[in-house]
Amino acid sequence: MKKETWRELTIGTINLNAGNSITNLTGTWRSGKKPEFIEENCIQCFFCWLYCPHFAIKVEGEKVIGINYDYCTGCGLCAEECPPKEKAIIMVPEEIKLAEGR
Amino acid sequence: MAAVRLKDLAQKEDRLVAGHGMCLGCGIPIIFKIILRATDDPLIVTCATGCLEVCTTIFPRTAWNVTWIHSAFENAAATAAGIEAMYRALKNKGKIPQEKKIKILAIGGDGGTYDIGFQALSGAVERGHDFVYVCYDNNVYANTGGQRSSATPLGASATTAPAGTKSPGKIQPRKDLTRIMAAHKIPYVAQASPNKWLDLYNKAKKAFEIEGSAFINVLCPCPTEWKYEESQGIKLAQLANDTCVWPLYEVEKGHFKINYKPKQKLPVTEWLKSQGRFRHLFKEENAWIIEAIQAQVDEEWEELNKLAEM
Repeated sequence: MKKETWRELTIGTINLNAGNSITNLTGTWRSGKKPEFIEENCIQCFFCWLYCPHFAIKVEGEKVIGINYDYCTGCGLCAEECPPKEKAIIMVPEEIKLAEGR
Repeated sequence: MAAVRLKDLAQKEDRLVAGHGMCLGCGIPIIFKIILRATDDPLIVTCATGCLEVCTTIFPRTAWNVTWIHSAFENAAATAAGIEAMYRALKNKGKIPQEKKIKILAIGGDGGTYDIGFQALSGAVERGHDFVYVCYDNNVYANTGGQRSSATPLGASATTAPAGTKSPGKIQPRKDLTRIMAAHKIPYVAQASPNKWLDLYNKAKKAFEIEGSAFINVLCPCPTEWKYEESQGIKLAQLANDTCVWPLYEVEKGHFKINYKPKQKLPVTEWLKSQGRFRHLFKEENAWIIEAIQAQVDEEWEELNKLAEM
């Protein structure tokens, strides 16, 4: 993305691109653990969707279908709040890799 | 009223979207995921300086999908009052249809609400502007590095009230802002927490629907400053309800109603031992502070119960 200088800014620093933070992939913050979705255990209670601070639970229609790793920061709230005994979300270790091109 | 299902709430468009920079396990986005869904009317949001404001609007990005205005630390309520007065004027001049509903939401953290923004808030609700003010109370100036605020509870360690050999952490009890707002005798005041999501949703819905000023104080777990493992936030909020450190209640037209009474009221030590900011209280010489906290919580809970019976 080309960096804007002050010349290109809207007067009053108004941001006209509502919701453009989606280009900021918070998933890069994950360090060492990530949630894993186990569909057959899911009771579709939507608690993971509710308690995810980074809007990283994928929903299609009336169903939770998985995790959006672009935004998941690996905090573990979804796995912690998953109610069934056989949890539908568990935290698993994740190898930390350097970003591409580094 | 039809039962509210999370499934249905999930179908609604996000008014706050992904890509914001709030911490791992932060309680704020969870709280506003619920509150922003409690109205379908057009919404204008203003945020006082604080975690939510800073983390959602890092230039050139914004995580807001609604009209949003930044306020300085002290004047979110004044900004909301001005917006409301402007729309009222436009309606009176016939430039906007009288029946068009526009909701105004002002948001502040405990620093921007209990301390710095209090004067503006008190003034705006006294004048009776039709808006909702939500305070996300994480007990500390989390955005600037964990300084104590007047919402920081007795005994908690903060960077400007640090626990050490000469100091047991903050030595003053917290200010009870919800009660202070109730004393303004505005139409609606409530205290909520994100673990009881339906309660929070209903309170936000009521606040948006009521004409006049409404205030909601929401407990917001903060892993960074409370010092606990990120995944425990919602469990901690539940613990705050069960120990009566943070009771859930509402005050509608002066009538107190308790929304949640724990089956078994837990001792405050359960709450204190769950967080690093209280760790020093378990040293022998600080035992008196735990006793003082328990006495204070018991007294406030008893008082609240009496008010609810009236």
